Amino acid sequence: MSGLDVDISGRIGAFAISAAFQAESGITALFGRSGAGKSTILKMIAGTARPTKGRIVAAGRVLFDSARGIDLRPPERRIGFVFQDARLFPHMSVRRNLTYARWAGRRKATRPFDEVVALLGLENHLDRSPATLSGGERQRVAIGRALLSDPALLLMDEPLSSLDRERRGEILPYLEAIRSETRIPVLYVSHETAEVARLADTVVLIDAGQVSDVGPAARIFGLLDLDMQAGEAGALLEGEVSAFDAEYEMANVRMDGGCIELTGRDFRVGDRVRLHVRASDVALARSIHDGLSIRNQIPCIVDEIGRHDGAHVMVALNIGDQRILACLTRKSVSELGIAKGDRMVALLKSVSIETPRRSAGQVDATSGRKASQGEEG
Amino acid sequence: MEESAGAIVLLSAKVALTAIAVGLVPAFAIAWLLARRDFPGKGLVQAVVTMPLVLPPVVTGYLLLLLFGSRGPLGRFFESVFGLSFAFRWTGAALAAGVMAFPLLVRPIRLSLEAIDRGLEEAGHTLGASRPVVFLTVTLPLALPGLLAGGVLGFAKALGEFGATITFVSNIPGETQTLSLAIYTLLQTPTGDAAALHLIIVSAILAVAAVLFSEWIARRMQRSSRQ
Repeated sequence: MSGLDVDISGRIGAFAISAAFQAESGITALFGRSGAGKSTILKMIAGTARPTKGRIVAAGRVLFDSARGIDLRPPERRIGFVFQDARLFPHMSVRRNLTYARWAGRRKATRPFDEVVALLGLENHLDRSPATLSGGERQRVAIGRALLSDPALLLMDEPLSSLDRERRGEILPYLEAIRSETRIPVLYVSHETAEVARLADTVVLIDAGQVSDVGPAARIFGLLDLDMQAGEAGALLEGEVSAFDAEYEMANVRMDGGCIELTGRDFRVGDRVRLHVRASDVALARSIHDGLSIRNQIPCIVDEIGRHDGAHVMVALNIGDQRILACLTRKSVSELGIAKGDRMVALLKSVSIETPRRSAGQVDATSGRKASQGEEG
Repeated sequence: MEESAGAIVLLSAKVALTAIAVGLVPAFAIAWLLARRDFPGKGLVQAVVTMPLVLPPVVTGYLLLLLFGSRGPLGRFFESVFGLSFAFRWTGAALAAGVMAFPLLVRPIRLSLEAIDRGLEEAGHTLGASRPVVFLTVTLPLALPGLLAGGVLGFAKALGEFGATITFVSNIPGETQTLSLAIYTLLQTPTGDAAALHLIIVSAILAVAAVLFSEWIARRMQRSSRQ
């Protein structure tokens, strides 16, 4: 087994942790509110905090097993840790930082130095001091340093949270490059929906120290946002570009249960795309309408109606086996008599693209840009 | 007053350097304990370390005489186990200087240790480095400015130490008569003023040189860490 297998419980102060999940290669996000226990779980895997009982296995090596009395110390765990605050050694050059695991940690050089430097775009920074780097550069060095420690697993504890929005956008393509170019499983802690939606293959939902759900990002976000803050709530849809109209700059994305049109230039037929649909951009109708500027009208089935006393209500809709959310006024829901199981039409005013996924090895640094369908009135 | 100024300066430098060289290691250990560990009696340790700074030097010298004199318990221990005697020897002068300088060594080291982000050490461990290696590659280099500041401050203090030294090992030319003691002796003799002035200038130069040296090292370290 190449991935990570965690089944631990423990207690930090008055806070109880109990978590069981698996992660394979690709990015697995530990997602939940601040204070849900995500970072504590990460520390237990890294060995800087100790579970009271359970078992942690990474790449076939037992790191912790309370039943057999195994508890490897952090240097022995072969885990690359990317901290929120980078933690570069201030008295060493970028190069010395990057190679620290080799000269101080006696880790094997399984990954060529130049390759990692190129992957993270650090060629021109090697002889600089960490103090002179920007926040984004610093975090890239930290990621490179972890990659060069021959890790069986990479742990990232909110690596972007200390950066502003622009810098985050700068780092995300590098993280995607790591996902596609290395086979190292990444466990990524975050409480940012957009970040996780873009990066994660699998989401482990953490709530009050417990795993409350595990699944593909698309499914988890469809469920999750029902009881999260309404304004930014949304869902993910996955599909494949089936046609591209260069004249109007529109692509057709085919997915289970329907087809969505999308604006943008940078598409190729066959691209896998992940679409983010905000609940507030979804309207419902009983039937398909002519004479509307909205182009995406997709048949759906009402799956769940949220309970809420305010003006708005969340409605979960099934499109094929995928799920999106609509934020409607409570009055509309009651006047239209919308009920679970109804066949309706979802009108999507706007769709944003999260990531075009190309065949492995090809990473487009500009892929983070948002494209949206732009005909809302 | 037969000793030449050069011999006096050499003796003083030997005494002060020995005091600092021997004192730095325990000073670092105690600074580390005070900065990093909580243990019962921490307040007491801190008080004992600060003692030489607040006690009259003559009292410290007398306590050293009681403990490390030829009849003192520690004096007898060192004599029988290591063949090392302090009474009326330059080694005693170095001990007195070291004890007096000790609080000045500990404090800057402790401050620099406290300023180190523990997260850096944690990062070192996750990169596979063992505790001793992280100590040598991360903790020690980052604490170096504190060690240096403590060393220079302590050296200057040891060089000028008077009260504890004269009480503990007396004022023996060629053995325990360091700069301050020699200046004091000269000032007590009717014709010694000129020679005293000579030594006073030398000691001022030494003190300024020590401070300049530490500044130079500090700047060099800063520059090399930025590259």
